[in-house]
Amino acid sequence: MIHFDNVSKRYPGGHTGLSNINLRIDAEEMVFLTGHSGAGKSTLLKLIGLLERSSGGQVHVNGRNLTRLKNRQIPYHRREVGMIFQDHRLLHDRTVFDNVALPLVVSGLGHKEIGRRVRAALDKVGLLHKEKSAPITLSGGEQQRVGIARAVVSKPPLVLADEPTGNLDPELSKEIMELFSQFNKVGVTLLIATHDLALVSSMNRRILTLANGALSHDTKTEYRDVT
Amino acid sequence: MSLKSRLLSMPGIWLQRHAQVALSSLGRLVGNRLSSLMTCAVIGIALALPVGLHVMLSNLNTISGGWESGASISLFLDQNISNDKARSLAETLRQHTRIETVELINRETALEEFQRLSGYADALQALDSNPLPNLLVIQPKVEYTTAETAEKLAQELRLLPEADIVQLDLQWVRRLQAITVIAQRAVVVLAALLSMAVLLIVGNTIRLEIQNRRTEIEITKLIGATNAFIRRPFLYTGFWYGLFGGLIAWFLVALSLILLSGPIAKLAQLYQSSFDLSSLDPITVLVLLSGSALLGLTGSWLAVGRHLSAIEPS
Repeated sequence: MIHFDNVSKRYPGGHTGLSNINLRIDAEEMVFLTGHSGAGKSTLLKLIGLLERSSGGQVHVNGRNLTRLKNRQIPYHRREVGMIFQDHRLLHDRTVFDNVALPLVVSGLGHKEIGRRVRAALDKVGLLHKEKSAPITLSGGEQQRVGIARAVVSKPPLVLADEPTGNLDPELSKEIMELFSQFNKVGVTLLIATHDLALVSSMNRRILTLANGALSHDTKTEYRDVT
Repeated sequence: MSLKSRLLSMPGIWLQRHAQVALSSLGRLVGNRLSSLMTCAVIGIALALPVGLHVMLSNLNTISGGWESGASISLFLDQNISNDKARSLAETLRQHTRIETVELINRETALEEFQRLSGYADALQALDSNPLPNLLVIQPKVEYTTAETAEKLAQELRLLPEADIVQLDLQWVRRLQAITVIAQRAVVVLAALLSMAVLLIVGNTIRLEIQNRRTEIEITKLIGATNAFIRRPFLYTGFWYGLFGGLIAWFLVALSLILLSGPIAKLAQLYQSSFDLSSLDPITVLVLLSGSALLGLTGSWLAVGRHLSAIEPS
């Protein structure tokens, strides 16, 4: 599903975001990405969602070589990658329903189909009764669940989450992770960046650790990791 | 849904989406009633100016066209032509195929009238002979009253041995028309300049709108919206600005014409003519509205092209 081949990212001014990352994540995996702030977690996610382009190496996502993807093809790539953010990034002048419907509207689905799918997604995150509310009236956990519903409503094969539980208390965080596990059960590949190590270790999943822009630890290849 | 039925339903969805975007951008304008109204009013005033001038000029053309057809030719005869000879010349000219009427104003009558009206009675007494010639006022037949044909007839009359000076009373109408042509050009230039102003107004308004909705644009791009999708509401907004500006211009011109029609009717009465100020004809209105909508669309297109691509999510 995701394949990094010797990928690096340098920013203008000499700052190195990522250096020589080699990485393979298979379809239907659920993987955590940890590391200190500034270790390159967000940069790695941004390269997958094509919010940024790598400065060296090859990135393949879902069978697509992102390095060769033209700018005008980016929207179609993003439709296949659901993205979840710490700050939710909801549109505050629209209802919960309209926020979740946005990816479907963007890909040009019909009215009926949109209604059906949005309600299914809201039902999955347990917010069906809030569809007419404004996001601002919801709690932080609820807003995050709206963000999750939006990310999965178009049934993308891959979902990225950048610190999805960053502002939530442990109990709510646990709920969100349960939700992710359920998506994973139906075949969605998930890559979740978080620095909440306690939460990550309780999930018993593959963990990638970044340090100073390099991959320092991968639980999947632990036995080979002698250093 | 099968692929076939999906493809079949696509034009419907496309139309539905456009209608939705058109209506929602209209709703957004109505939501910010005051600022939208001000923008539209500025566009309306800018467009009302050239349109109003155009209507006034086409009215002036109708009037002066009427004057032209009333043109008559003054044929001043040589001093040494006697009254009898003048009378017989008038008689021959009445038979002319292109002449409707010939009126002889003989020199004595003319002198009397001149003495009565000019106030130079005493000075004229001092002259030993009548300095005025006999005059034939010739009215061409209706089908020969255009500027060219009347001019041709005047040329012919100039060749008469009895003729001294032949004057076509068209000169000032001609001058007026020449001035009108200049004024029409000026209106075109003015219209072009003010159209540019409208482009800039719409462009700037859309630019601000894009800045205000920056977060929304970023989020929509994150979700996989194409540039065309993001562009669409702004283009519709520009279209509505233009269209409503055009409607306001129409209203302003119609209102001014109503305000002017009273005094103009009074003036026409003083000239014993019944002139009706013609208002905006349907074609002008159509050109105004479609032109203003197009200007709005173009203005927003320019702004969107420049500013939208600069916004990328991070």
